[in-house]
This record gives sequence, structure tokens and C-alpha cells, in this order.
Amino acid sequence: MTTTDKKGYYGRFGGQFVPETLMTALQELEAAYDDAKQDDAFQQELRYYLTEYVGRETPLYYAEGLTNALGGAKIYLKREDLNHTGAHKINNAIGQALLAKRMGKKKIVAETGAGQHGVATATACALLNLECVVFMGAEDVRRQQLNVFRMELLGTKVIPVEKGSATLKDAVNEALRYWVTHIDDTHYILGSALGPHPFPLIVRDFQRIIGDETKAQIVEKEQRLPNAVVACVGGGSNAIGMFYPFVQHEEVAMYGVEAAGSGVDTQQHAAAIHDGKVGVLHGALMYLLQDENGFIQEAHSISAGLDYPGVGPEHCYLADIGRVHYPHITDAEALEGVKLLCQTEGILPALESAHAIAYTAKLAKEMSAEEIIVVCLSGRGDKDVHTLIEALGGGEQ
Amino acid sequence: MSALTNAFEAVNAAGHKAFVPYIMAGDGGLHTLRPTILRLQELGVTAIEVGIPFTDPVADGPTIEEAGYRALKEGATLRTVLHELASFREDITVPLVAMTYLNPILAYGVELFAIDAKEAGIEGVIVPDMPLEESGIIHDALRFAGIDLVQLVSLTSSAERIQKLTAASEGFVYAVTVNGITGARQAFEQQLADHFAQLASYTDKPILAGFGISTPEQVQSLSAISNGVIVGSKIVDALTRDDWATIEALVAASKTTISS
Repeated sequence: MTTTDKKGYYGRFGGQFVPETLMTALQELEAAYDDAKQDDAFQQELRYYLTEYVGRETPLYYAEGLTNALGGAKIYLKREDLNHTGAHKINNAIGQALLAKRMGKKKIVAETGAGQHGVATATACALLNLECVVFMGAEDVRRQQLNVFRMELLGTKVIPVEKGSATLKDAVNEALRYWVTHIDDTHYILGSALGPHPFPLIVRDFQRIIGDETKAQIVEKEQRLPNAVVACVGGGSNAIGMFYPFVQHEEVAMYGVEAAGSGVDTQQHAAAIHDGKVGVLHGALMYLLQDENGFIQEAHSISAGLDYPGVGPEHCYLADIGRVHYPHITDAEALEGVKLLCQTEGILPALESAHAIAYTAKLAKEMSAEEIIVVCLSGRGDKDVHTLIEALGGGEQ
Repeated sequence: MSALTNAFEAVNAAGHKAFVPYIMAGDGGLHTLRPTILRLQELGVTAIEVGIPFTDPVADGPTIEEAGYRALKEGATLRTVLHELASFREDITVPLVAMTYLNPILAYGVELFAIDAKEAGIEGVIVPDMPLEESGIIHDALRFAGIDLVQLVSLTSSAERIQKLTAASEGFVYAVTVNGITGARQAFEQQLADHFAQLASYTDKPILAGFGISTPEQVQSLSAISNGVIVGSKIVDALTRDDWATIEALVAASKTTISS
């Protein structure tokens, strides 16, 4: 089963840049996943939990209020915010937890940024009787107290990471270190379309249900494919899940919205495709925010889930070949997106998803009423209320 | 033959085992690099592993990680460390092995790095986040400059991987002796002895044991089943306290190991 050929490349991006200690585990994971993928019983079990427990399929909702307010293209929202635990992250967490059980692993380690992947993993572990440890940047622990408490209620041990920028990047470092030293009985549930092969592939496969459902739903409602698809991109899991089934349909324009923080002309942003250079971090060759010495720079975004200096290798490839556009939205614009969706639709989006909403607001106005945009509403914003009070409070808005 | 292999074989031919200390370049300031390397040479170490700090050192334990963050604050980068080493190149009498994560090499430029490293006395390179599968990204440039690319073999590597890794490794084979394996020390020692016997059956290259070696007793017991040891965290910790007695005791332990 072992081989020393390089694997997991999307164009020039991806690969397996990990310590030798992890190579055997990655090869075992790849073999177990290939096997599970072919196994009807595994797929049936996954489908059972996604339907009965997560609540799929999620609606593709015609956002008439938002459409009318913008006065351009017809806008549909893919309601991943209505999933159990409030975001798309559960699709992957359940899938990988089932995979871990199949591999005989009793313990799970995970990283989390906004806490949505942490909550989803803690939930899957509670459901499937797995022990769970989640690493979370200390800065994110502060920003996302609600999710920290939820994870603890679910029986997960949350370990704050004080090192570096104390955000998602540092949480991934610690989760990788933990995995290296507990390799025998522990599976690492990586939450984004990042990391060494086969993680970007596994995460995309478990998230592509977003795009697969969307495609069937839009054809049923409109008898055609959308003109444009929009999703936010941090590591890029909801975006790759939404985009992947549409990649082959050249007539569908796709937009992966990066977080521009205080602006891409400042040092305070997280737009890795826009401003990064090709480099290696956390197991993959990808666009990466770094300085001239190859040291990784801290990312900045009001949204903890987009606060990461790299971006998944398949997105880097889709950007290189020009198949997907990667625009960016600032913190201030994202906050406007939150208000816009609250006021026009009565939906509080996650700050991450609000980047997609804010870009859609720009895009829709340039399109005609006959054209259709689908936006991946990847999560709900309840977790962000604390941040929103800080950012919008005081009445100066 | 490579300068590294030569150095290890010369030590073994004299009836001793190799001893390779790891230091974090720039911890305590870049100006400490020269006196530290010269003093280690005087103690009779076989080679010196020079760590280059990185912002995200996922393969390092807390001691070396913290030392790396201190070194970053002192302005240590791949560029400044190579520059400093080159400034006293003629005083360096043992081969140096650079341990650096891949991204600083990519940012430096692979070809330029290989040339500058060789000029700074670097005879071998260890890249902890680059397994054999991915080594093509820097291997040609290193080979062209005459620098060995050292492969790590872990306790989790399969027999087939071990064969490929030992065949590919240049200079020596770096055998990682821990990955959080627990259980009775007795059983662990037997497992390690079997592991090193297996490694030796695949290759004639020197095999050095590293990771988690911190006492003179461990230096002796691991030296007895290998061609020598690499000691990292304990040396880094001793250097921050200027505790040369501890370092001398570790080096002395390797010199009194009986060859098996």
C-alpha cells in the first residue's frame, strides 16, 4: 500500500508536506477513505445521519426581499445556516467521525477558528461516542465564548492556544503536534479544505453535497443553472463544496470571496489569493501570506473563520486557471452585509457568510433581473452577536 | 563520499560513537553563534545541527519552539544565520547540518539557498516538514551544491518505507526514537533495539538516534545500538542557562559508550 510518489496535487498546489511520523497515518487514512467511499453501507450510514440528524437537504431559498432591495439579479440563498449546529461544518464532521470509527480510532482532535467546526466536531463525537479535544486560538476563545461553552457542554475539552497570533493558524499547529504524539489512537478531523492530502479531497467530498443539492434545486425551480455562484473563502470548505459540482459548467461564473479585513492595501487582512505568495504551511503548497524571509504573517479579519493566512490548494488551482474569481470584502463591508440580510430577509448571517452577501450586493446590481445568483449562506450569526455588539454598538453606524 | 558520512565513519573507526548537538541559531543573539560553535567543537562533537527558527514549527517540542521564538525576536532568519556562519567559516572544523522548515528555503530561492549554505559550511540539510515524496522540490539544487539531504525515519514508518528512506538518505539516516509511544520502559528498549537492527539491515550508512534523548544514560543506551546520537532540547535548554557542565557530561557519555 505504501508508495513514495507525490500525491494530492491540484495543478502545482497541494501535496503532503508533513513530518515523516505522519506519513503512515496519512496513507492509512487515504486507504480507509477510498474503501469507505466504495462501501454502500458507509454511504448509507452517512446519508442517514445527514437526513435524520443534520436535517438535510437544506432549502434553496429565493431571497425576494434582498433581490428587490438590490434591484438586479434574482438571488437564491443555499441555507447551510439551517443545518444542525448552525453551519456547513457538520457535513464534514459527521463524515470524518464515521470514518474515524471505521478506522478503529477512539479519539478525535480538531482545530477551530470561529468555533463552528469545533462545535460540529464536538457534536459528532457526542453522537458517536468519541473522545474529543479541540484546539482554539486564545483570541478566538475570547471572540467566540458562546461556541466554547457549547463545546464544553458537549463533553469536549477545549484547549486555548496562546502562541503566535492566537488564532486559527496556531490552533492548527497545536492540533498537528497533538496528532503526531497520539497517532496510534487518534484521528485528526481537519475542518477546512486545507492540509496535507488526503484532507482537501475528503473535506471537498463531504461538502460537495452543498453544490450537488443546489444544482438539483435550481434546475427544479428555474429549469436552468445559475449565472453566478458566490461563497466566502477562508480555508475554503463551504466554497469548494458549493463550487465543485459547477466547475464543469463553464457558463456558471464563480466567486470565492476573501476577507480583506481593514483593506488589502493594509497589513491587516486575510486575502491569501489576492496578496499571498506560493509557500508551504500545514502540509500543503498554497498561496500564503508571508514576509520576504518565508515567515508566516498573521491574518486579520473580523470573522474568526476567515482569519487564516493560507487558502486550500484546490482554490489556488481554480484561481490559477481562471475558473473561479476571488474578490475580497472588508470588515466594514461585511458588517453592512450582516445588516442588509437582517433587514431584508430576517436572517442573521455568520460574519463569514456576510462576506459573500456583501459581494453579492455589488454583483447583483451589475446583473439583470433575468439572471440568477446563488449564494452559499454557510452559517448563522448567533455566535457573532458578541462581536457585532462591539463593532456596531454605540449608535455611530 | 560526503563530509558527513566521512566524519561519522572516522569517529566509529576510532572506536567511538558520534555525538551531534542541536543548537537554535540566534537564541541569545546571533553573536552567540560563533562562541557556541567553537566551544562545542573543542568538546569534540562530531557535527553540529544548526536550527533555523520558523514562525510555525509544528515538528518541534516546547523547548525548541520557545527557543525559536526568542531567536526570531533577535532577528534570526535563514539569511542572517547563513551570513553569520559564513563570517567565521574558516574557524569551523566540524560539518554543520541545517535544520529548517521548507518555507524559508522556498522564500530564499532554492538554488541560491544551496549555494549560500555550502559557503557557510552547511554539509547537510534536514527539512522536518518535507517527507521523501516531496523532496524533489529542493533535491536537485542541493545535489548540485554538494549538500546532503538527510531523511528522517520514524517508528511509525513501515518496513517498505524504511527501505526507501534509508536508500534515499544522504550523509546519515536520522532515526526518530519517539512519537509518544507509552508503556514499560523495558519493552520500549527492546522495541528500539529491534528497530535499529532493522535499520542497519537495510543500509551501511551511519544511523543516528534523535528526539527525546536527554540524559547521559540515554546517550549511552542509544549509542550502543546506533552509530551515535543527536541531542536537541537538552542542549538548547543548557545553553540558555550557560550550563556547560551538563553539555560536557552528555558528550563524555558518548565517548565512553562501548561499541556493540
